[in-house]
Amino acid sequence: MITMEHVWKSYKIAKRNSGFGQALKALFSREYEVVHALRDVSFTIHEGEMVGYIGPNGAGKSSTIKILSGILTPDQGTVLVDGRIPYKNRIQHVSQIGVVFGQRSQLWWDVPVIDSFELLKDIYQIPNTQYKQSLEELTDLLNLGELLRSPARQLSLGQRMRCEIGASLLHQPRILFLDEPTIGLDAVSKLAVRDFILKQNQLHKTTVILTTHDMQDIEALASRIILIGKGQLLMDGSLSDIKRGGGDIDKTVAQLYRSYDI
Amino acid sequence: MKKYLSFFRLRFSMGLQYRAAALAGIVTQFFWGFMEIMAFRAFYQTDPSAFPMTMAGLSSYVWLQQAFLALFAAWMMDNEIFDSIVNGDIAYELCRPVNLYGMWFSRNVANRMARAVLRCFPILAVALFLPSPYKITMPKSTVHFFLFLITLLLGLAMTVSFCMLVYMTAFFTISPQGLRILFTSAVEFFSGAIIPLPFLPDKIRQIMELLPFAAMQNVPLRIFCGAMSTEEMKKAIGLQVFWFVTITIAGNFLCRLAQRRVVVQGG
Repeated sequence: MITMEHVWKSYKIAKRNSGFGQALKALFSREYEVVHALRDVSFTIHEGEMVGYIGPNGAGKSSTIKILSGILTPDQGTVLVDGRIPYKNRIQHVSQIGVVFGQRSQLWWDVPVIDSFELLKDIYQIPNTQYKQSLEELTDLLNLGELLRSPARQLSLGQRMRCEIGASLLHQPRILFLDEPTIGLDAVSKLAVRDFILKQNQLHKTTVILTTHDMQDIEALASRIILIGKGQLLMDGSLSDIKRGGGDIDKTVAQLYRSYDI
Repeated sequence: MKKYLSFFRLRFSMGLQYRAAALAGIVTQFFWGFMEIMAFRAFYQTDPSAFPMTMAGLSSYVWLQQAFLALFAAWMMDNEIFDSIVNGDIAYELCRPVNLYGMWFSRNVANRMARAVLRCFPILAVALFLPSPYKITMPKSTVHFFLFLITLLLGLAMTVSFCMLVYMTAFFTISPQGLRILFTSAVEFFSGAIIPLPFLPDKIRQIMELLPFAAMQNVPLRIFCGAMSTEEMKKAIGLQVFWFVTITIAGNFLCRLAQRRVVVQGG
């Protein structure tokens, strides 16, 4: 369903040392450093799989998600999602996927959440009956209820994240990309979000790729784990592969990062 | 099409909720209109023969300009669009199955119309009952009035498509502020927002009337106050359509170029 083959992506970053003199110097000659966010990344994900995509900060996780969701164009390599090249036919592609960026908001700030939902209904051209059905299901599973009538700016982070996830699933996408969906959430909200993602996968066979730094997320959700570091794919296996040593998962993962020197 | 209408609807209803801003706007526009008319009155009294418009025509021009300021003021751009490009929230907008250009265009038109609707009626109502020649004088014929309405919409479309070009430049620079100030000042002067174009020296005016800026507020306002002959109107409307199509094509081209090289900032 999702294949990435030999994908490369690099960014050009302007660098300079601190100080006024250096800033002046940068006016005339600027140093750039090319950072390879992804080097030769390849993997295949099948329908209905739940994949945890992990790696330290700056490993290239978000870049991968953004390439898969058609926002960024890779420098090299082929990407196929459900038979489509995401960055080539972006509009067609994004109507079939759902994306949640844990650090950003898609809800309109000043209007009740339900207004944002209604707009999304028109944007994705969801038929009335299907919209009602998904709204009901999402309201029930995510416990949205009264939240829908309040403006997004007056919701707490946990409440808002539940609405964000609901918003990304109104059009019943078959693939869901979650970029740090539990960032900053309290224990109760985290459990609710995990529970919901699990149910979504069981009920609708939704393929889920999630990036996170929270190893409990991975433990609870992912049947398969892909580890990436410095832009390279380091490991592709199951949770038990990582936990072979047993014990605490955070420590195991930290050890794993160290063993790969990332 | 329905997608874009929904954007329009949501933005329009959002725009209507800012009542205090509308009130402040009305007061400002009243004072501005009075000041401008008083200044031009001084010129008129010095030498009426050197005045390229009638005093009544000029008053109509100024009051309409103030009433519909939100439709044409280039500096009233959508900060949320600049912010989303600068801080990377654009990521979400690119996850939608909509054309970015179409979405932003309808959003901007809605914003401007919502603001104008809230502000125009009190200004027009008062300006209709001022003593002549300081009041709004209705156009010569109903044909003029309908042409005014059509060119008003064309002028709005033209202003928004020009702003779209400025939004697109934000993709290519670190901070969009510099280009934004440059472009908005150019629009202010060349579109006749500061001084109506007939007041400029003939040779300069002839060139300026060919520029895209003259296709904004200049056309509807001058048609309303009867400062254009039939020939001039035909030419001006033709230019409006030409520039709107040209700038829309250019904007869409830049938009596609920007999307190919987009970098989502801020992680």
